Amino acid sequence: MTEELTNNAVNSGEAGDVAAKKPLATSFDLQAEYEGSHIQETLDQLDQELVGLEPVKARIREIAALLLVSKARRELGLETEPPTLHMSFTGNPGTGKTTVGLRMADILHKLGYVRQGHMVSVTRDDLVGQYIGHTAPKTREIIKKAMGGVLFIDEAYYLYRPENERDYGQEAIEILLQVMENNRDDLVVVLAGYADKMEIFFRSNPGFRSRIAHHLEFPDYSQLELHDIAQLMMDNQAYKFSAEAQDVLREYISLRMTQPHFANARSIRNAIDRAKLRQASRLFDDRGGKPLDRETLMTIEASDIQASRIFIM
Amino acid sequence: MKITQGTFSFLPELTDDEIKAQCQYCIDKGWALNVDYTDDPHPRNTYWEMWNQPMFDTVDPAAVLLEVNECRKVYGNMYIKVNAFDAERGRETVALSFIVNRPKDEPGFGVSREDGQGRKIRYRIHSYATDKPEGRRYE
Repeated sequence: MTEELTNNAVNSGEAGDVAAKKPLATSFDLQAEYEGSHIQETLDQLDQELVGLEPVKARIREIAALLLVSKARRELGLETEPPTLHMSFTGNPGTGKTTVGLRMADILHKLGYVRQGHMVSVTRDDLVGQYIGHTAPKTREIIKKAMGGVLFIDEAYYLYRPENERDYGQEAIEILLQVMENNRDDLVVVLAGYADKMEIFFRSNPGFRSRIAHHLEFPDYSQLELHDIAQLMMDNQAYKFSAEAQDVLREYISLRMTQPHFANARSIRNAIDRAKLRQASRLFDDRGGKPLDRETLMTIEASDIQASRIFIM
Repeated sequence: MKITQGTFSFLPELTDDEIKAQCQYCIDKGWALNVDYTDDPHPRNTYWEMWNQPMFDTVDPAAVLLEVNECRKVYGNMYIKVNAFDAERGRETVALSFIVNRPKDEPGFGVSREDGQGRKIRYRIHSYATDKPEGRRYE
């Protein structure tokens, strides 16, 4: 009954007629298209903003190339199926998953694979309801908000709770799987989380693994990379380290990495915030002396970092 | 008899792509979209039923079409329309409203005349669909 009631001139007929009337190209200038889409700017921004992550950057470049060639094929009338773009990002916290997700949304938008280019970042609580009948509308609302962009689901494995039979995560999973298959050209889904937990999640929900085209691993940063990240953060915030502070920072990073609950770039950011706090305290305590100038305000001294209790432990 | 209420009602039925294009125009203007349905087609019936919540945050017309198709699955034999609400100060009203779905047979309206006091005649528009009770009007 529902089939009869949809509109007379159904999508495919109308769109097909429109597509057939446009003349097919016989050649495609990849360089021109690449320059015209300004993807290079986004890729450069990615290179500058994110330290390390070489495998991730390589895969993103590959995806960009695939989408460009896909576009060329479409213009020449060779391809009709849109490529599957759903991805999974696995790695420890603070390794840049959300940042890359945002950049991915931007790149996909510039290549014309995603209409609006925004990203909606959710966790389990945004998708799963607390009582019967709550989950479906909640999940649908999020999906509607994310349509035309990227849906980034952080800690995706929490959706699946087999030990609690009154958990409604499974319902959210069903809806997501359906949307991932049927609305592939409307929405790109990115799942993110720890590598081992995601593996368990995929094993228990094979539907997800088959729908995800790209599995990206975000490795932990090395000590040198963390130092570079710290430098980058300082530059962005108009601060700098004195020469001695640089050495103390190196030592701090190597000690902190061995401590529990190390969150890569986030831990570095927290350490910098604490150093800024101590700098402010130090400047405040010396306020009777000469007035502050740009140099003094910008410089973090070795003592600001040395005061950390990590050196005492 | 095809009722001519709302925008585009004198044009042939809008296709799904055309509905998406109209919704994109509304979204670009910052208007909130929502889907209504009813089985009482009287032109003065302003109380259509709401299908789910108004879509304030939606940035893509595919989401609106999702809702329209969900509504068609349940109320496919009723009138369904899409409204766009302009919340700008000084306006705060529905800016665009167009019908996206109609029942297969639309019986139309009849005029009835009522003789009043002093041979004064009162004219009424009566919709044939409402002869039947709610839920059985478009079988």
